[in-house]
Amino acid sequence: MKRRFFVKKAALSAMAGIIGADIVFGATMPEGYQPLALQDSDPFKLFHKDTEMVVLNDKPWNMEAQAHLLDDKVTPNEYIFIRNNGLIPEKVDEKNWTLTIDGESVKQQKKYTLAELKSKFKQHTYQLTLECGGNGRSEFDPPAKGNQWTIGAVYCANWTGVRLRDVLEDAGIKSDAVYIGYHAADMHLSRDPNKEPISRGAPMAKALQDETILAFQMNGNDIPLAHGFPLRLVAGGWPASVSGKWLQRISIRNKIHDGEKMNGTAYRVPCHPVAAGEEVPESEMCIIESMPVKSLITYPKSGAIIAKGQKLKIRGHAWAGELEVSKMEFSIDFGSTWKECAVEKPVNRLAWQHFSAEVGFPTIGYYEIWARATDSKGVSQPMLLPGWNPKGYLNNACHRIAVKVS
Amino acid sequence: MKNPDKFEQQTSGAYRLVLIIIALVVIILLGGIYLYNDPDLSYFKNSGQDSELVEAAGDMDEYNKVENGLHVRTGLIDAPGLMATVNNCTTCHSAKLVIQNRMSKERWISTIRWMQKTQNLWDLGDNEEVIVNYLVTNYPPKKKGRREVLTNIEWYELKK
Repeated sequence: MKRRFFVKKAALSAMAGIIGADIVFGATMPEGYQPLALQDSDPFKLFHKDTEMVVLNDKPWNMEAQAHLLDDKVTPNEYIFIRNNGLIPEKVDEKNWTLTIDGESVKQQKKYTLAELKSKFKQHTYQLTLECGGNGRSEFDPPAKGNQWTIGAVYCANWTGVRLRDVLEDAGIKSDAVYIGYHAADMHLSRDPNKEPISRGAPMAKALQDETILAFQMNGNDIPLAHGFPLRLVAGGWPASVSGKWLQRISIRNKIHDGEKMNGTAYRVPCHPVAAGEEVPESEMCIIESMPVKSLITYPKSGAIIAKGQKLKIRGHAWAGELEVSKMEFSIDFGSTWKECAVEKPVNRLAWQHFSAEVGFPTIGYYEIWARATDSKGVSQPMLLPGWNPKGYLNNACHRIAVKVS
Repeated sequence: MKNPDKFEQQTSGAYRLVLIIIALVVIILLGGIYLYNDPDLSYFKNSGQDSELVEAAGDMDEYNKVENGLHVRTGLIDAPGLMATVNNCTTCHSAKLVIQNRMSKERWISTIRWMQKTQNLWDLGDNEEVIVNYLVTNYPPKKKGRREVLTNIEWYELKK
């Protein structure tokens, strides 16, 4: 039925083209055409998400968590943000799904079924932090265009799969290999089959890391459809757009991959710092690699009222892209003084780390608790917004929650 | 070459015939595709009898209902240029993407250019000015400084 509506619209558009009429039929389609079943149902039911998740966009689907929803050490699906550049594939045929390894720098182009990937290569499970490059975009001034993520486009789930390195080496990597680029089954918003919504990748060094995997399970189950079922590239610590969903093909390139969202200003920041609002030529925009150090207070939820004399237990997570978090601090006086608190080692490289503290307040009144992580190179989160950039990426400013002592 | 004029006449006649046949086939095919998808001709029924016209207008009103200054179906602010914006800007992406964003006139225009260059957005013609004016009037940038104060805090009692 839904599909028929789409074909109907397509037929109408084709006719419109011939009679030279306006191509936009939105206003004359009182039934509200729904090209895709996925575009219309209740997103929380459809994607098995908690109803406290915030929908930023419904075409394409984009949804983020709130800080207090991310309290679990391993994020369950219901609190995982959804970021799509295109339309989620309508039909996934797991049995006949294949992954092709090709490109200028592959020794021999190879194609694997899912069953072959699972049986031929050793399987590994890693907990990996995935954060959208644009997480925190909503705070930039002047504002940056795109989905206005606040703080909830990050999570850390367990991923099970095979190492990308093992598969690439099985096909053979030529010595001139520079980059890998992925191609996937999602559809461009315009429904133009010749356009890819997104086709990004990573330099060989990242592609060959132990933790860069071709995953077929998330948190011990099949990957949910919105997160890339049945096969996803997972490259923790880098903008989550490197972790291509619904993976069908990986090209070993002899140059920096030039797929959709690799060029122009997408997932790039100025190579040199610029003033807020400054025009930056595309040639001066550099590809984002590792994400910066960041942390989130996940307990309590902002807005807690406590009694005078009551100690407040706080906790949360901290992560640092390719690096590790080496120090965690909090402040209740807007950064005048900082107290160091405990931060655990990551369960594996590229997993987020957990911190906790007990906070006392000297008087009654309004407080904010600010959290600040420092990475293994001594770089800390800024309290103010970091360097402005045209697309509003990499906002790792300190997270804070409000507390009232009465 | 005995009768060049006649030959030319005949060939151009044949050419015309071929064109007419092709046109007919295209029309029949399109009609067939349309009928296959809409056997009841429901799309054209609204323009039938007067009583149905009234009903259709009622449907349209319902479809583009405005409540509390907002276009209910999309959430866009009801202001001059609303329908041009709805019709041109919500076919590919959600109105939510528009509403979330705040841009100057210059940047709304450059966003339109980017969509035309890379996202198959069509030429907006005279509507471009209408749409840009609508956007910059209703969704202008807001000063935030280098860090905003916390707002909309939902206070709750935290038990020990």
